[in-house]
Amino acid sequence: MIWHKETTLPKVDLVVLPGGFSYGDYLRCGAIAAKSPIMKAVKNFYEIGGFIIGICNGFQILTETKILPGALIPNTNQKFICKDQDLIVANNKTFFTSNFEHNRTISIPIAHHDGQYFLNGPEIEELEQNEGIVLKYRDNPNGSIKDIAGVCSKNKRVIGMMPHPERAVDKELGSVSGLKMFESVISNF
Amino acid sequence: MTFNEKVFKFKVEVILKKGVLDPQGEAIKQSININSLGNILDVKQGKLFEITASSKNREQAIKEVERICADLLTNSVIEEFTYYEVSE
Repeated sequence: MIWHKETTLPKVDLVVLPGGFSYGDYLRCGAIAAKSPIMKAVKNFYEIGGFIIGICNGFQILTETKILPGALIPNTNQKFICKDQDLIVANNKTFFTSNFEHNRTISIPIAHHDGQYFLNGPEIEELEQNEGIVLKYRDNPNGSIKDIAGVCSKNKRVIGMMPHPERAVDKELGSVSGLKMFESVISNF
Repeated sequence: MTFNEKVFKFKVEVILKKGVLDPQGEAIKQSININSLGNILDVKQGKLFEITASSKNREQAIKEVERICADLLTNSVIEEFTYYEVSE
């Protein structure tokens, strides 16, 4: 665990920005956390080709730092949605999804109020052309453009997703699809 | 604040860009119409910030406010801003 006020990262293989509600979601979700001292080091880590995963609020922080494209805005129904969610693996050529078949449906829980992915104009076309859409919602719960649940950077080494893979790591939790994601990471090292 | 600095006050308005869904504005519009408070075609909800800057001159203060707006107060993917100076 690295404190947000740190300015350097130790030698790591992977940076995980977990979910939560940093700074009470003030201003915009992830906006103030994106300016934390440690984020400069995370940005440098991205620039040298480091592997990064942002989950939920972590995804919002990655878009606010512009490491990933787009923005996360309030769900269209203005509600906090907390449920198991079917997703489609739209790109299995990433370090995080390589253990899945292309277009496979998996179940991973979501728990967010501001999960509507937004991007428009030429940038959304660019994201599609670069195979940047990694996960899509099967039954879009929050109004995300093109049903987007998770995206990756151009170099495919940074992934951001609203669903919580860490909550789907045991049969007793209802799904092991999240575990398979973390296993993908390990098998790519 | 040092002896050669002055206080400048600004208001900054942040609003969603055209084409970005505004569910809060939509809910407010529905409430206005349901309660017969007016015949409203559209409502957009934004944010208002009051910023007090200490700078050696107005030009410097404006520069700082613009940087604050672009770097922190707005996300250019979804929002745009306007600012104006106000008196005390």
